[in-house]
Amino acid sequence: MTEQNGQRERNIALRKYWRSNLAIVSFLLSIWFVVSYGFGILLVDQLDHIRIAGFKLGFWFAQQGAIYVFVVLIFIYIGFMNRLDKKYDVHEE
Amino acid sequence: MGIQAWTYTLVFLSFALYIGIAIWSRARSTSDFYVADKSVSPLANGMATAADWMSAASFISMAGLISFMGRDGSVYLMGWTGGYVLLALLLAPYLRKFGKFTVPDFVGERYYSQVARLVAVVCAIFISFTYVAGQMRGVGVVFSRFLEVDITLGVIIGMALVFFYAVLGGMKGITYTQVAQYCILIFAYMVPAIFISIMLTDNVIPQLGFGSALSDGSGVSLLDKLDQLNTDLGFNKYTDGSKSTIDVFFITAALMAGTAGLPHVIIRFFTVPKVSDARLSAGYALLFIAILYTTAPAVAAFARTNFINTVHDQPYSEAPPWFKNWEKTGLLKWDDHNGDGRMQYYGKNRSDDNAALVNEVVIDRDIIVLANPEIARLPNWVVALVAAGGLAAALSTAAGLLLVISTSISHDLLKSVFMPKITERQELLYARLAAGAAVLIAGYFGAHPPGFVAQVVAFAFGLAASSFFPAIILGIFYKRMNKEGAISGMVTGIGFTAAYIIYFKFINPAANNSAHWLFGISPEGIGTLGMLLNTAVALTVAKFTAPPPASVQRLIEHIRVPRMDSGAA
Repeated sequence: MTEQNGQRERNIALRKYWRSNLAIVSFLLSIWFVVSYGFGILLVDQLDHIRIAGFKLGFWFAQQGAIYVFVVLIFIYIGFMNRLDKKYDVHEE
Repeated sequence: MGIQAWTYTLVFLSFALYIGIAIWSRARSTSDFYVADKSVSPLANGMATAADWMSAASFISMAGLISFMGRDGSVYLMGWTGGYVLLALLLAPYLRKFGKFTVPDFVGERYYSQVARLVAVVCAIFISFTYVAGQMRGVGVVFSRFLEVDITLGVIIGMALVFFYAVLGGMKGITYTQVAQYCILIFAYMVPAIFISIMLTDNVIPQLGFGSALSDGSGVSLLDKLDQLNTDLGFNKYTDGSKSTIDVFFITAALMAGTAGLPHVIIRFFTVPKVSDARLSAGYALLFIAILYTTAPAVAAFARTNFINTVHDQPYSEAPPWFKNWEKTGLLKWDDHNGDGRMQYYGKNRSDDNAALVNEVVIDRDIIVLANPEIARLPNWVVALVAAGGLAAALSTAAGLLLVISTSISHDLLKSVFMPKITERQELLYARLAAGAAVLIAGYFGAHPPGFVAQVVAFAFGLAASSFFPAIILGIFYKRMNKEGAISGMVTGIGFTAAYIIYFKFINPAANNSAHWLFGISPEGIGTLGMLLNTAVALTVAKFTAPPPASVQRLIEHIRVPRMDSGAA
């Protein structure tokens, strides 16, 4: 009986783990979308009116900025997921 | 030492290194051969993935393309890096947890169907072959220009080398040679970029020099100067785009999803020990790739400025040696239309007062990176280094692709479908034979490229985006997705995308312009629409057919979590 309860609790925990995982991924992918498709493509002409350090801002996002943000996003994801894995006791030895 | 002596020395040393690594790390089991025994460290896998991914197209062609396309070149920069975010967040950890050898393995088991597996194998082999032929061609071009050997001989030398370490070492040998190749190619890319950045803008970091003021004392920034040069000569402004927004959007999306769906990239995440390592190596991989990808647009802008300044309106009799050397390869041409002995370089949209001017210089985009150090008059050893780097980029990608082809044949076709009874030893032998045969076929296409290879390579992304990417994503994130949905989705997606591309590229190339495109989407971007179609068809069909069996639902729960059992139990 207790073993069954334990299994049920574990299943509920795993479902919560998956929901948190999806929340993290959705959050990071929305940033991913905004910097590349938003700043680098859809809003590029508007942002080009702003100039920073010799670059038109939209052009900079399209050719430099988006890539830097991509790298940072993956490392944030790694940090979030390692914490989440530990919290729900699903991390590997 | 002259350029050629330097090139021979550097190419010989790098090849000797690759062979040494191959002997040291040869494969002893199928697990060694397919996934390097799942024992590669995340850092090494990150470098190997970066080299695997950055092909002759990234190293040799990309900066050249951007230098002619200006802002429109952003589709490659964002498309080929943004895909790694998708890979890291949506694919790599789950596929690693799944823990088998190949992408068709996943498709076959997740969709409990040999038909699905076969569809995946065919897609994987087709995508990899189109891609690998382009790499062999890149090897041939470098050899013929810098070592002045015949293109065919260059391809044969490259084939022999790849054959040696891919057949002997399998994934294990390939992984560690790719680590060495990454170091060589990134060094070779950065050294000339830094030199030229200092010369043009006094800034050591090309990424910053790109936006800095020119060092000629005028105080004008590099990009403003380039906009000015482009406008004066009748080209579009460098920092303006000429493609429509919807096309740029769709091309970028197709390249991103295609990158995340390429089997030779996905398979690299099977080689690390743990799920958390798969995430970490995706991070390292993009970091290592980003070093080159943020430098490339700077190189593009530097090269264009230098090219215009050294060539335009200069007398041909005083043309620098590199100009005449590249003319011999036929990739650079000059016709003295107005008979003044000077080389005029003009674009298409000239204003009224100079409408009569005729362009006399035709330059192939592929030579920009290779010729760049010579145009900037850098020392000979830097020129030679670029040749060695280009070879490293082409060979590392070719090896990764050949491994996918050989694994698809020995593991996915023979072991899983046609000859399930063969022993591990026999399977390993078949894997080596398949790798050998694949090298020969790839080499043949490299030496005798069908005219459409270059075009087809770009479309490998559209095909990967419209077939694998949705099937894998739905397989992980949508438990209810069943085999009927996945198969009909993949067939619709790849069928639609291939038909659109074949129509505009081969059947009716005259109509290949925005007036005839569906919603203004070019064949390069149509993979995105194929991907959306795939998803829509898959979801609809799955709604009206039986859900997947309980065992598959358990498999999905299993791959979603790095470790299932609770530590307390």
